[in-house]
Amino acid sequence: MKLPSLDYAAPATLEDAVRLLAAHDGDAIPIAGGQSLMPVLAFRLAAPALLVDLGKLPGLDRIDISASGIGLGALVCWRDIEDDARLATAHPLLAQAIRHVAHYQIRNRGTVGGSLAHADPAAELPGIAVACDAEIRLVGPAGARTVTADDFFLGPLMTALEPDELVVELRLPPWPAGRRWGFEEFSRRRGDFALAGIAAHYDLAADGTARDVHIGVIGACDRPHRLTTAEALLNGSRIDDDTIAAAASAACREVDPTGDMHGDADYRRALVGTLVERALGAS
Amino acid sequence: MKIHTEVNGDAVEIEAEPRTTLADALRHALGLTGTHLGCEHGVCGACTVIVDGRAVRSCLMLAVQAEGARVVTVEGLSDDEALSPLQASFRKHHALQCGFCTPGMITTAHALLSDEPDADADRIRDVLSGNLCRCTGYINIVEAVLDARAAYRGGD
Repeated sequence: MKLPSLDYAAPATLEDAVRLLAAHDGDAIPIAGGQSLMPVLAFRLAAPALLVDLGKLPGLDRIDISASGIGLGALVCWRDIEDDARLATAHPLLAQAIRHVAHYQIRNRGTVGGSLAHADPAAELPGIAVACDAEIRLVGPAGARTVTADDFFLGPLMTALEPDELVVELRLPPWPAGRRWGFEEFSRRRGDFALAGIAAHYDLAADGTARDVHIGVIGACDRPHRLTTAEALLNGSRIDDDTIAAAASAACREVDPTGDMHGDADYRRALVGTLVERALGAS
Repeated sequence: MKIHTEVNGDAVEIEAEPRTTLADALRHALGLTGTHLGCEHGVCGACTVIVDGRAVRSCLMLAVQAEGARVVTVEGLSDDEALSPLQASFRKHHALQCGFCTPGMITTAHALLSDEPDADADRIRDVLSGNLCRCTGYINIVEAVLDARAAYRGGD
């Protein structure tokens, strides 16, 4: 249906944006690409007095790649990530995962900050953030603070973000050359929400065993999280058919999916195992 | 509020409430009813228009967010006298039946081929996965877009 009546502001500075949010005491919502928020408004699941458009804020549309890691500004679009050829080597897992985000038109407007703040459990970027030990930089009336991705995502559409705070940047640690990785997700139609997805990466020690194994799950969970039992099985082991099967089995036991009309809990649990196998198999 | 933007090459001023989507502003304020509204929540792709060179869903964008932007709708792709290459190809390949999804298909395909005139069938299917058609089964649509690529090569 049509959107509820609301006011609109497009502040020119971050300080003004935060001030507007704080002044409305929870009754103002930031908007950027709007690819998640506009449907929420159309369904009248939210009816804020004010939308604070972040589109005119300077400096938030940058992709910074340096020895200290990768910074994605809150206003970076999926399309910007797809078009940035540096990311194929600077963070291939991110580049691969972002190809799965929704559809072409949505990738042209959807933003990093919006995806993090919306916190859909099936969304790719929150999964990458958790699987890669990323940090999320926030700004509020009291200044800036940094929250780890694991502490940021609290549940479905729930985050550590206060109503008067904004996401300004996602910071991913540097990606070492030679790191092995895989990203797999399953949805019934291309571009639909993932019924489950797995982002995995690890480094190889000189003796060929895996180190620093990270496996993140999206979709079949109420928030993106690591599969620490499966990770522990693989740390110090060779990645082969046997260890992959053991990790997949552990992942199935570790994940706690809820069923819905798109797939029941048992199906999603089995899917997680299959995707762990595929992601590690592709690594 | 007053919104100043460029639509199909013309500077326009639109008076609209902040809650007005770009789709509704195009249709109601400017009478550009070629932009169709199917689902109004970003699923069907019928309302796709091109904003600053990128295909976007005009139901998922506020009109006021188009302030200062360049908007192209399906009406802007031909001069009313002759069919555009994509329109001609859609007719040739019988790529529409009821026609409701067609404006979104054409604007999406135009944005794609303007950037990627050599897009293959897989890429075209990937991009058009954001546009629902309930009549055709998509095969003729993909063939029509493939066949229109020649017109986009070497500058459109």
